[in-house]
Order: sequence, then structure tokens, then C-alpha cells
Amino acid sequence: MSGHSTYKPKTGFTRWLDSRLPIIRLGWDSFVDFPTPKNLNYWWTFGGILALCLGIQIATGVVLAMHYVPSGLAAPGGSLAFNSVEHIMRDVNHGWMIRYIHANGASMFFLAVYIHMFRGIYYGSFKPPREVLWILGCIIYLLMMATAFMGYVLPWGQMSYFGAVVITNLFGALPIVGKSITTWLWGGFAVDNPTLNRFFSLHYLLPFMIAGVVVLHIWALHVPGNNNPRGVEVKSKADTVPFHPYYTVKDGFAMVVFLILFASFVFYMPDALGHPDNYVPANPLVTPAHIVPEWYFLPFYAILRAVPDKLTGVLCMFGAVGVLFVLPWIDRSKTRSMRYRPTARLFFLIFIVDCLLLGLCGSHEPDDKIFANLAGFTFIDSNLNSYTWLSRILGLYYFGFYVILFFLSWTEKPLPVPESISEPVLKGPALPKGATAEAEKKG
Amino acid sequence: MLRKTTLIAAFVGLALGAALAPGALAATTQAPLKEVSWSFEGPFGKFDQAQLQRGYKVYHDVCSTCHSMNLLSYRNLADKGGPFYKEGVNPNESPYAKAIAKDFMVPDIDTDTGEAITRPATPSDHFKAPFANEYAAKAANGGSAPPDLSLMAKAREGGPSYIYSVLTGFTAPPAGLTVAPGKYYNPYFAGDLTSFWNGAANQVPPGGTISMPPPLKPNLVAFDDGTKATVSEEAWDVAAFLAWAAEPHQEERKQTGFAVLIYLFIFAGVLYASYRQIWSKIDH
Ligand code: HEC
Ligand code: HEM
Repeated sequence: MSGHSTYKPKTGFTRWLDSRLPIIRLGWDSFVDFPTPKNLNYWWTFGGILALCLGIQIATGVVLAMHYVPSGLAAPGGSLAFNSVEHIMRDVNHGWMIRYIHANGASMFFLAVYIHMFRGIYYGSFKPPREVLWILGCIIYLLMMATAFMGYVLPWGQMSYFGAVVITNLFGALPIVGKSITTWLWGGFAVDNPTLNRFFSLHYLLPFMIAGVVVLHIWALHVPGNNNPRGVEVKSKADTVPFHPYYTVKDGFAMVVFLILFASFVFYMPDALGHPDNYVPANPLVTPAHIVPEWYFLPFYAILRAVPDKLTGVLCMFGAVGVLFVLPWIDRSKTRSMRYRPTARLFFLIFIVDCLLLGLCGSHEPDDKIFANLAGFTFIDSNLNSYTWLSRILGLYYFGFYVILFFLSWTEKPLPVPESISEPVLKGPALPKGATAEAEKKG
Repeated sequence: MLRKTTLIAAFVGLALGAALAPGALAATTQAPLKEVSWSFEGPFGKFDQAQLQRGYKVYHDVCSTCHSMNLLSYRNLADKGGPFYKEGVNPNESPYAKAIAKDFMVPDIDTDTGEAITRPATPSDHFKAPFANEYAAKAANGGSAPPDLSLMAKAREGGPSYIYSVLTGFTAPPAGLTVAPGKYYNPYFAGDLTSFWNGAANQVPPGGTISMPPPLKPNLVAFDDGTKATVSEEAWDVAAFLAWAAEPHQEERKQTGFAVLIYLFIFAGVLYASYRQIWSKIDH
């Protein structure tokens, strides 16, 4: 797509096809000959890993859907839905493996997408000319959240049910339209069988919409080409290597390493990321003591609960995702890579810790003490030694980070940026080769 | 219908309140679980078939008078890795599964006359539940229905160790604790005893009161293999059986995982070598 095509059909058939539907040419230009910066590090392998995750979710999901029954109707031991998942676990050949891959696959997918997004923020991959690419990525992330949320409802366990209750009720906080939206989501006046049916339908649909947006995402990538750790544009052919074999082999290696982590969860701790309550069939009359979402939603859950006013909390939570969409217009610094922005880099590292700690807060009850032995004291409405206050402080930094980035764009003085990808880091007296490699490693 | 809807709506509201309003729920407590060792622990752990057989016996003789296990069929007992598995025997034809099943009478329809009948169970029948429905189960147990045990070992934090701790954990309530009739103090059963406690406010005993009377006594079951039936042995065996029942493919899972990991490690090695070789010509 960028530059001119080097594809040369070799056989009669491919020549015939090429003049009618140049689909092989498209594949060739996108994944074989595509000129790729030669200095991409391992953080760049997560794009391929994400594509793998989507493929795995769709493949296992289609098989699960062959045995799954989307019905909340009561049946001995639970409901038709709950029992059908257990039927998959017990009676379907390798059903346990397919389900564990699918359930843990969702977590792996989010792990990869978070790394991918942090990578984008650190190296300034969202900056011109890649804003559309970035926004498409944010849309994929949003669709992933919707898909995973609805998928988690399908086994119709206690957490499925009450997770659905809590999340759908959030929409009820919106003024005017809130009530209509929840009724529409539920298909009635409470989370019930119609809710499960529509969630299943949407859970099947959304991954294919994700696949569609992924195509756009890759298209938008192949116009400006990859960013790279130095954040400077490709200047000449010396800066790039063809995607195949250089990045197919590197991405392939990273994918297999990722699969090792994936397999360790699937085969040795398949329920470690889940909640025991989801092995209890849904029962609207028994509210679980702690309703917690899956780990990948915890930071947003913490932000939601940090705010005393429900509507404001909901807006903050959605805002926490929404702000990502406008990041290209928040961080205006001309220097892409934070390698050359020491101040921004420091705030970025704090931001990562902040997100992890927000996740920790989301997994605790707001009133839980942070330090068990410390009495603490009440400040305004809650104990200062509670997760409520920690969430508030962390939440402030979450949004503060974007404000800081906005002002930093004007005030900070970036370090000198190398001229190009192939040139040594600093101009002037040539550095010994080792020194450049050193700077490269610092990521 | 309308009543049900309002009821559910009320609970939805309650649930939401509980989730969003800090401190709406009082804290439940629980004593730290007992340390128990299991043959199926760890990446190479396996079920001990003799233990599973003993455990089934405890379930059959004791727990099944109150608890259902709806997700299991009699044939599952003879499935690969199960308590009565025998190499080369089809679970549906297993003499053990048949012998166990035939002692249970299950409802059916006579296909000649259309009349409701009962007949002896076959291996393909589900475990017979002790009560006709949830209401009967509640009525017979002082208002708390005994939960289905099929997934119990996965449905509580700690799994089999939790089950073991609860079964062996019944103790006399500490002085100062009021225990309602039909309830039994158990420090491992999560609960909040604050309102039943008239001792010092910071010394509320851990745990809660459970509606299950202590089910195990020494020599309550006669193990076929001569193992001495202490309370701890019975609890240990039934918990192991329940761990198997909750995830019958656990052994297969770990064995498959081992092969998968070896494959992936070798594959990763090959790819890394190719990566080094291909990139060796590039100055990057
Ligand atoms: C006399 C009837 C009865 C017998 C026999 C009995 N149980 Fe129970 N069990 C109950 C009732 C009732 C409850 C519900 C208690 C509650 O919710 O307060 C219960 C609850 C449980 C729980 C769940 C505790 C929790 O965390 O919610 C487990 C585990 C359990 N029983 C295991 C067993 C095992 C194993 C046996 C056999 C050794 C057994 N029970 C025998 C009546 C019984
Ligand atoms: C973006 C990709 C996807 C994600 C992130 C995802 C996520 C999830 C999650 C988190 C669950 C709950 C797992 C559990 O705890 O049991 C689930 C269940 C399920 N998903 Fe998906 N899914 C995806 C794609 C698909 C697709 C494409 C299909 C069907 C074609 C599908 C079909 C199912 C079915 C039938 C279940 C219920 C069975 C079960 O709970 O194991 N999924 N999904």
C-alpha cells in the first residue's frame, strides 16, 4: 500500500487472478515485502500476538457455541446454560480444554492489549500521522470490553449474573435515557433470560466486528508504516527490512513464548483468574458477599467506586476509556518516543504503577483497610487508610497524567533525537558500536 | 409474574447498593483453612483411586441423604480416572456402575401405557437427588437447602481443603456466642457473628453458624479396604472425591499440559535459533 508493489505472479493461474482480484498481491505487499523498520523491539510483537488471540477466541468460541445452550431456564443443578457449560467440561471430547482456552484466552487477550497500548503511549505511536490508527485501536479495545463482559455472563454463574446486574445498572444512572437503555439491555425489567439470549447473540457478533476493525487497523498501519523505538520516520531503504522473513520469525518466536504463558494457565491454573462464585449457579435471591469483575476491568471498577456520586462515577469510568481516543490531541510533543523525553517517561512509569494499583483497589472492598494494623482516621467521608481514598488519589493521577502530558508538550526540553533509524544515537564524534547498542537496550 | 419482577427488581437494587455503597455489607470472617496434603496437588499430582472409592462411599452413606450431585451420572464413576475405572471397560457397561445404580429407584414413564413408574437406575442416569425439589430440601433442613456438591470443590476458595476444614472444624461455640437452634458453630464457614456475640467487640469469633449438623463421626462408614474410619479420614476422602467430581478431567489436563509445554519449549528454541540466524546479517 505504501510505495509500489513488488509482487510478480509466477504461474498462469496467479497472473490470471492478479488481473481480476489482486488479493495475493495485497497479502504479499502487506505481510511479505512490507518495509518494516529494522529496530523494532519485542514490545512490537504484541500486534501479532493480538491477532493470534482473536483467532484463538473465534476458533474456540465457535466450537463452544455448538454445545452451549443460552437459556437461564432452571434445570437440575443450575440452569440450562450453566449445565451446558458443565456438559462441555465433562462430556464433550476435549471440551474442558476448549473452554479453558477460551476463558483464559480472554485474559491473555487483555494482557496483550494492555501491553500493546502502553507501548503505543510510550513510543508516541498515536501521534501524527497515526491518529486514525490509534483511534481504530481504541475502538477495538472498547469492543473487546463489551465482548468479554457479555461472554462472562454466558456461563450464568453467580458472578455472571451479578456482574451483569451491576454493569447494566450503571447505564441506569444516565439522565433521561438511562432507564430506557437498561430496559433495552435487559429485554425486560431485570437481568433475566432475555438478557442472556441477547448477550449470547452479541457475544457471537462482536468478535467478527472486531475482526473487521482489525482489518481497518492494519490498513491504517500500512499507510504511514510502523513507528519504531526511536520514533523517527523511516528515511531510506537502509532503515527497513522486509516483513518476511525478518518479522515473521521474530513475531513467531514471541508468539510461542506467549503461548507458553497461556498454556501454563490453561493446563495448570485454569481457574486462577476466575472467581469460585462463578461455579455456583446464578440465583437472583442470593447476593454474593463481594461482586468483583474480571481482573482486566478492575482499574475502571476502582475509579467507578471511588466517586461518591453514582452518575459522576459512571462518567469518570467511561471517561477513563474515552480519554484514550483524544490522546493524539492531548500530547502534542513533536518528539514521539519517550526515550528522549525523560520527564514524560518518569510520569509514564508512575502511570503504569498507578494503573496496577488501581486494579488492586478494584479487587478490594472500598472499606477494607490498606494497612491492617493501622487504625487511620476518617477524612471527609471515609477512612484515610481505606481503598476508597487510595482509589481517589490514584484516580486523580490517572486523569492527571493526561493533563501533565498536555502541559509537558509545551514546557519540556526533549533530549536530542537521532537523525534516522540507522544512524548512531548522537551526532558528532562516532560512538563505539557498543554504546549505541546500549542506548537501544534501554527501551 | 409481576410480583416476581418486583422482587427481582428489589434485589437488583439491593445488589447494586451493596456493590456501590461502601460499607453496606458487614465484613464476614473465616478461620485460616487447615493445611491438608492432596495426592492430586501440583503439576504431576494424580488422584488416588482407593481414596476416591472411599470418598464415594462416604458421600453415598452420609452426605447423599441431604446433598444432591446433579451433574454426575453413575457411569461417570467408571470413567477414565474415576473411582471405579477399569481399563478397557465401557463406563456404561461397568459392573460397578451398574451395581451402584440399580439400588436407586428413579422416576420414568412406561412407554407402553404412558403411566408414571419408577425403575432401578442405570449407569446413564444422573445421581438421584435426595429431595424432590429445593423447597422440600429447605423444609427438611431448617430453612437452608443443602447445596449441590457436584462443583463444591471449585465453588469455594480453597476447594478440597475448605471442605475438609468445614467437615472437621465443628467445635463447641465459645462462651458468649448465641447459636440459634438448628445452627452449629463452625469457624471455617464464612460468616459474621457480631450480632450474636456478647463478649468484647474486638474478639468476635471467626466464622459463622451453619445449618448442617456435624455430619461425620468415627466409624460412620465401613471402608472396604480396611482403612480406619476416623473423622479426619472420612473428611479427607470425601473431599478428595468431591475434588475429582468437580473436575474429572484434572489428571488428563495436567498430562496434556506437560506434552504441550514440551512441544512449545522446543518450538520456541527452534524459532529463536532461526531468528538469530536470519537477523545475523542485519546491522540493527
Ligand atoms: C443432615 C443433612 C446433611 C448431611 C448429612 C450433610 N450435609 Fe452438608 N449441608 C447441609 C446443609 C443444610 C447445608 C447448608 C448449610 C448452610 O447454608 O448454612 C450444608 C452445607 C454443606 C457445605 C457447604 C458449606 C458452604 O460453604 O456453603 C458443604 C461443603 C457440605 N455441606 C458438605 C457435606 C459433606 C461432604 C457431607 C458428607 C460428609 C455433608 N455435607 C453431609 C446438610 C447436610
Ligand atoms: C474477542 C473475542 C472473545 C472474547 C474476549 C471472549 C470472551 C469470553 C469470556 C470471558 C467468556 C466466559 C468464559 C467463562 O468464564 O466460562 C466467554 C464465553 C463464551 N464465548 Fe467467548 N469470547 C470471544 C469470542 C467468542 C466467539 C467468536 C464465540 C462464538 C463464535 C464465543 C462463544 C462463547 C461461548 C459459547 C461462551 C460460553 C461458554 C463458556 O462460558 O465457556 N466467544 N467468552
